[in-house]
Amino acid sequence: MSLKKIQTTLMLSFAMLMMNLSAEAGVKIQQWQTTTGAEVYFVENHDLPIVDLSVNFSAGSVRDTAEKSGLAGITRYLMALGAAGMSDEVIANKMADIGAILGGEFTSDRATFKLRTLSSVREQTQALEVFVKVLQKPDFPQTVLDREKARIIAGLQESATQPESIANKAFMAALYGKHPYSLEESGEVETVSKINREDLQAFYAKYYGAKGSVIAMMGDLTREQANQIAENLSGNLPKASAPEPIPSVILPSQAIEQRIAHPASQSHILLGYPGIKRGDADLFPLYVGNYILGGGGFVSRLTEEVREKRGLVYSVYSYFMPMAELGPFQIGLQTKKEQADVALNLVRETFDKFLKDGVTEKELTAAKANIIGGFPMRIDSNAKILDYLAMIGFYHLPLNYLDEYNGNVDKVTVAQIKETFNRRLKPENFVTIVVGDPKAN
Amino acid sequence: MIKKILIVCTLLPTLLVSVAHAGIEEFKLSNGLKLIVQEDHRSPVVVSQVWYRAGSMDEVNGKTGVAHVLEHMMFKGTNKVKAGQFSRLIAAAGGKENAFTGSDYTCYFQQLEKSHLGLSFKLEADRMANLQLTKEEFDKEIKVVMEERRWRTDDKPQSKVGEAFQAAAYQANPYGRQVIGFMNDLENMTYEDAREWYHDWYAPNNATLVVVGDVKASEVYKLAQQYFGKLSPKVLPVRKPQVEPVQIGERRVLVKAPAKLPYLLMGYHVPALVDTDKDWEPYALEVLAGVLSGNPASRLNQKLVRESQLAIDVSAGYDLLARGHLSLFELDGTPSEGKTVKELEVALLQQIEQVKNSGVTVEELDRVKAGVIASDVYKRDSMFYQAMQIGTIETVGFSYRILEDYPNKLRAVTPEQVQAVAKKYLLQDNLTIATLDPQPMDPNAKPQGKPHVH
Repeated sequence: MSLKKIQTTLMLSFAMLMMNLSAEAGVKIQQWQTTTGAEVYFVENHDLPIVDLSVNFSAGSVRDTAEKSGLAGITRYLMALGAAGMSDEVIANKMADIGAILGGEFTSDRATFKLRTLSSVREQTQALEVFVKVLQKPDFPQTVLDREKARIIAGLQESATQPESIANKAFMAALYGKHPYSLEESGEVETVSKINREDLQAFYAKYYGAKGSVIAMMGDLTREQANQIAENLSGNLPKASAPEPIPSVILPSQAIEQRIAHPASQSHILLGYPGIKRGDADLFPLYVGNYILGGGGFVSRLTEEVREKRGLVYSVYSYFMPMAELGPFQIGLQTKKEQADVALNLVRETFDKFLKDGVTEKELTAAKANIIGGFPMRIDSNAKILDYLAMIGFYHLPLNYLDEYNGNVDKVTVAQIKETFNRRLKPENFVTIVVGDPKAN
Repeated sequence: MIKKILIVCTLLPTLLVSVAHAGIEEFKLSNGLKLIVQEDHRSPVVVSQVWYRAGSMDEVNGKTGVAHVLEHMMFKGTNKVKAGQFSRLIAAAGGKENAFTGSDYTCYFQQLEKSHLGLSFKLEADRMANLQLTKEEFDKEIKVVMEERRWRTDDKPQSKVGEAFQAAAYQANPYGRQVIGFMNDLENMTYEDAREWYHDWYAPNNATLVVVGDVKASEVYKLAQQYFGKLSPKVLPVRKPQVEPVQIGERRVLVKAPAKLPYLLMGYHVPALVDTDKDWEPYALEVLAGVLSGNPASRLNQKLVRESQLAIDVSAGYDLLARGHLSLFELDGTPSEGKTVKELEVALLQQIEQVKNSGVTVEELDRVKAGVIASDVYKRDSMFYQAMQIGTIETVGFSYRILEDYPNKLRAVTPEQVQAVAKKYLLQDNLTIATLDPQPMDPNAKPQGKPHVH
């Protein structure tokens, strides 16, 4: 046991040395397709006796319609609450008995199932047995559907009273209009009420096929084992054709500003515009530029101006969320109601100046130093690497995405940041949401 | 994204806690600074954390929140490093950094590529002794903290319930107060208050340095000597025990706030870990929390959310680690539409009675223990989490060595012991109950639906 550990350590140090010399990220991704057409992304690593995997479907809320908004999310959620005759209780207990963690994620683009288990035979076998049934034999029990709809509706009603949720919802609705990215991931009270069991079965049959799905695996497996698992996971999925592309986002043609009354002591302010896609040629200049604007935490311009110099907020940030189609660019902050307009004007001035003058060489150098220097922390755990595998696969990014990452950051220039921000973001057509309108109370 | 987190009490069970202490080494500098290093060579990175044994439990009336305010001020410069530069220097090295304050501690951390550990030590040693705490910087930063309180507590109905609950449960002990402090105390706080706090508590003999990463323990020790070795120890203020008087009757508090759903939070006074050799009750309480709400099919969720559908959410939690040696066994939940907090309260108490009367099954215990064993492996995938565990245990007053035995201690718990702690501590006279009475958003509008019965 201890000898084996020492050997592993030595080998790893050697690998690190090689990595530094070659300036490679050092994540060796194996990629193939299962017989049913699922794409597999695998990194073999035996340092820890853990297996992490995720199965990703193009079945996020972007597949919802306004009439049945919430269907995609409920389908994913219900799959783990009854499968192949196992009740939700049996599924949860079978996982808990072996310390396995069945999880998942749900976004506009993606429905994901995740599994973390010990790699020892008994644990791994039982965890995968249950996991495969959840993916391939969901029962969608009527009683569970009724119960969960009531819980979701209660949650939606609660969210409708909380300023942060109100602001987010208004922001996405104003930014995306009729595009399905405007749809709330959990649906609406009225639409969730209408969803029935047949809707779930039909949605599952249409969007949970192997074609277009991505299986990511990381950890204590051999290539042969990984291959077998991928075949089992994808073998008996519904026979569906690959999902159709997501419609393009139409850019706003005028500014929208909404002020919504709320009794909270702070105003919640969001500003933004449709941003970028995954794999977008402008991604790196925008990402590096945004680090300087509002992504770099304590050292960003927004934090410096709004928080550090004037003490107006606890948190102010900006981000790009790259998605299958143009995901949002958003600036957000919360501040005492009485000073909301002061803070909002300051944010606008800071952003306008950023567009007009761009960034300095000094700022760019500091940004690159942080992003490039921080690269080892992006891939320092199995959990993080697993998420990269799923992202690379799901968004069809090149296999050498991680290897090229630092080089792409390093190539960004001051001129490029200015040109790209001005070409991609139109502040005259921004969406602005203020929940807790200072003038309404 | 959010700078400077503040750890508030959570209801998550702390079952995900433990490891073999393989590869952990401990050192002590002559000025009293303790250094604990765990080598982890999977990636060329390092986590460095400085833990001060100073948190909100050390505050006095009228100055609540000062521990956390000082944490903010620690980024405001020394005589060598001017305000804001700390973060810029770490950022330029590719690092991430932040800090958080709890009732028992204040912790500052950096995550870096391994060759930059010296930078972290240099900056942390500097601000351990040389903070320049000016009125000008304080007057700006105290406003940031007030915004933080508005965001974190004042505008969050469930946080308000948590604040009222803690205050009712603890009447003498400072655990009754929130880490963020009262708004009025923040409004009246001065830079001298922050300075006093810094001078009282920031010293090498009141700190533990925890390093986890691709490093050699002996080299980390040399580096720590180089940067922290020259700092002088201080005579620390006397800490009063502030023992909480025994509760002699049920306590209830009600909070009204704009919301849709009511909320119930209840808790019993229970012991925390004191004697790491002899104590078994804290481990039995931890197992009980796992049986009640360790996974989605645990008792509370299975019975109250899934079967009777009385609640839309429910959970139980207990933390055995507390520097004040006091803890609460907590239950919380939200009733379903058409159900009242009273009905939920009755149902939760029935679950407790059932444990007292009929105990728990071996199957349930085995499930909790399986989770503990697996977590012990999973946590090795996170250097940060491993450092957090070591830092918390040491700052609370124990040795990181208790981690080694933790899975065994939990494995040794019997169904009889779980039943025994329930019978001994989960008593009505020892119970505090806080509820949220949701108010309409528009103060002039009438509440919708049936009024909530308390």
